[in-house]
Amino acid sequence: MYAPRLPRIGTLAAWRDAARRLAAARVPPSAVDWGLAGEEGAIFNADLPAPARHLSVPRAFPDLARVLIPDRSGQGMGVAYTLLLRLQSEPGLLSARADLDVARAHRIAKAIRRDIHKMHAFVRFREAGDQTVRRRFTAWFEPDHRIEETVADFFVNRFGDMDWQIVTPDVTTTFQSGALRLEAIRSTRPDADDPLEGLWTTYYENIFNPARLKVDAMQAEIPKKYWRNLPETRSIPSMIASARNRVAAMQQATPNMPAPAAAHGEESAMTAIEQADLFGAPSLDDLRRDALACTRCPLHQEATQIVFGEGPADARVMFVGEQPGDREDLEGRPFVGPAGQLFDETLAAVGIKRADCYVTNAVKHFKFVQKGRRRIHQRPAASEVQACKQWLTQEIAVVDPRLVVALGATALHALTGDGAGLLKRQGGIESLPDGRPLLVTVHPSYLLRLPDAETRAEQAKKFRRDLSCVHDLLKT
Amino acid sequence: MAKMSLQDKLALLSDAAKYDASCASSGTTRRGSRDGKGLGSTTGSGICHAYAPDGRCISLLKILMTNYCVYDCAYCINRASSNVPRARFTVDEVVWLTTEFYRRNYIEGLFLSSGIIKSSDYTMEQMVRIAETLRAQGFRGYVHLKTIPEAAPELIERAGLAADRLSINIELPTDASVKAYAPQKDPTGIRRAMGKVRLTTQDYAEPSYRGRKRARFAPAGQSTQMIVGADASDDATILGNADRLYGAYGLRRVYYSAFSPIPDASAVLPLVDPPLMREHRLYQADWLLRFYDFELGEIVRRDAGGMLDLDVDPKLAWALVHRDRFPVDVNRAERAILLRVPGFGTKIVARILKARRNGALGLEDLRRMGGRVKQARPFIVTRDHHPGAQLDAADLRTRFVKPQQLELF
Repeated sequence: MYAPRLPRIGTLAAWRDAARRLAAARVPPSAVDWGLAGEEGAIFNADLPAPARHLSVPRAFPDLARVLIPDRSGQGMGVAYTLLLRLQSEPGLLSARADLDVARAHRIAKAIRRDIHKMHAFVRFREAGDQTVRRRFTAWFEPDHRIEETVADFFVNRFGDMDWQIVTPDVTTTFQSGALRLEAIRSTRPDADDPLEGLWTTYYENIFNPARLKVDAMQAEIPKKYWRNLPETRSIPSMIASARNRVAAMQQATPNMPAPAAAHGEESAMTAIEQADLFGAPSLDDLRRDALACTRCPLHQEATQIVFGEGPADARVMFVGEQPGDREDLEGRPFVGPAGQLFDETLAAVGIKRADCYVTNAVKHFKFVQKGRRRIHQRPAASEVQACKQWLTQEIAVVDPRLVVALGATALHALTGDGAGLLKRQGGIESLPDGRPLLVTVHPSYLLRLPDAETRAEQAKKFRRDLSCVHDLLKT
Repeated sequence: MAKMSLQDKLALLSDAAKYDASCASSGTTRRGSRDGKGLGSTTGSGICHAYAPDGRCISLLKILMTNYCVYDCAYCINRASSNVPRARFTVDEVVWLTTEFYRRNYIEGLFLSSGIIKSSDYTMEQMVRIAETLRAQGFRGYVHLKTIPEAAPELIERAGLAADRLSINIELPTDASVKAYAPQKDPTGIRRAMGKVRLTTQDYAEPSYRGRKRARFAPAGQSTQMIVGADASDDATILGNADRLYGAYGLRRVYYSAFSPIPDASAVLPLVDPPLMREHRLYQADWLLRFYDFELGEIVRRDAGGMLDLDVDPKLAWALVHRDRFPVDVNRAERAILLRVPGFGTKIVARILKARRNGALGLEDLRRMGGRVKQARPFIVTRDHHPGAQLDAADLRTRFVKPQQLELF
């Protein structure tokens, strides 16, 4: 029989050393009686076997053992040892969650993890007056398990710039000037408070919504055993007792007279809307503002915002695309997504400044279907193109460009009423109903969708050639 | 007006803040102060430091900077026409309260919201200054800033660089409801601001041209909140809107807040008890959409009334009308099918997939692994169990419905 007696501080390291020796000698779990120094042990307590060959364990085991060792009932150390021994012949053991030993280990570990979590949450520091360079705080806490060593690092990492002490019935943890010290000292609950506890309790009472009273849900998370060390819990009985009446009072109160600010109808500067000049010709800004409220088709319901055309009001050329995409919808600007980048590159390659052009779309709201968390572009329906056409017509009227360029079939459809046979019409010059010349080409996203690199290069060349005509067309 | 004490202000400005459901402090970058030069740390999943008798976690100091507001939103306790007393914190007061509460381990950090005073930019700038002052003083805990949609992009950028999370509340499930109850708020402006936050996050995530990592912008992402039960929107509308918000703006969370009576209420709203069960079912449905590969149309159908079943959870409700898909063999079915079994969560499914490699599982095995066997039983086949006719029993649904609790008061 072996009866290792481990120290209260440094328990995990001592357990690991003893367990390694015992497991290497294949000592069965039933022949080991684990305990802490000072606890009674078996009468026949043999010396531990000499350290021997290397033991291998899966990565998850050390973490599990670290949580099991603080078990106050002492079973955790035994279960961890049983697993260690079995892992030597069953390396996949930990994945068998239904195995009796594994299930038991996880049951114990769950309770200890909860205890650790509650200690992180419910330690309440009180300022310990005598201020030196660093501020000093102390706390009293009563954990269920021997977790003082396990939790110390959390507090070191969180309260690095102050000195503090956490006292439990068995262990005092002190952090002073950046050094951590744990001592096994018996202590009793001190009588202390902190002036901030009044403010904290005020907060606690007021953040509570009496209309949502759920006492069971609270008690499941803060069992009563913690209450005496949590200053705010003193208010709980009166908060519960008054909740019903507070809600009833709110429900019965007749609506009050409005406060003076609203009664005087004081208009905030933000809501004032500039009156448009009813008799002048609309400007681009007028159009843009009117379009914000457009509900002519259902697309406005799901899109982020309208994406109106962009560019100088006296631009000589206007590019018309299909509709905004995901990026355009979020930014509120046309041609800023992947297709927009290709468009910009091609423009630059043929020596056209985008800032000199007016760029817009046939349909001004993003149309998409959602697949999980992605929004997939959908081609607009003829009815949506039709509904949106009035904005495009007005843009053309206001900007009055010398040349319009249709990018893709939807734009061609919107501008001429017929979008069929795009590739046959590509590169050609047609005329709009008002006689304005219209250059026909593809949409840059068409190039991005081509799967074959060779075709893509060829089509990109054609697209560049089309855009390079813009210069010549503007000269004539 | 007599000067208010800090305690009075805290009472007023935390009371006004409680209608924001979020108290999360999870999912941000790992930070610590073991170097001794600052205060605070963050953990992966956040910590609830207290629970109020409403069962809700208290993780953050959740306050308004001020409850003065130029807006007049019917559902809001701070609306301009409300008679509540008004107060305002200074920058230093919020910084002091946050760090002093933090040093005593009461909180994980700050969730700062505010009424709109003077202008959107002025208000946002004051809030950003609070977050920036906290950081300048070495505070490394969690900061959540409510973002004002109309604020200048530079201010939103500064907010995201100082805070862990940004949020903009969508307020109500439809644009029409926003216009009706919050006439000065602009639903398009709210969406545009969420889009801006998403784009800025993406921009910061890309390495600079020198390949260096840039500062993190709102590392805990953005979230929003919808009030449930103030307007007549059905659950299909609410979840449809949430689904779109997740897709369009990459939100971490959509919070559903059951409308609850407020003091000095507006006459246009229902002052009934908050629909807490409905709120709970919406969260369950939200989870199915995000983590269980359910499509919106599978959870709630407009042609079937557009409301979730209040008596049983949405996954069980789905299973009850799709019994032809069951029973599922726990020892053979793939992950996507197992996730559809009532009572099985993502964790237990992961455990099943690992454990069954060691041999066929029985009911007792599932129970030991933490499965909710009572719920799953009629829908699964295991080594030692087959539901047989139980699955087709006409009263299967009633077996899951808890009898109505009697009113205790």
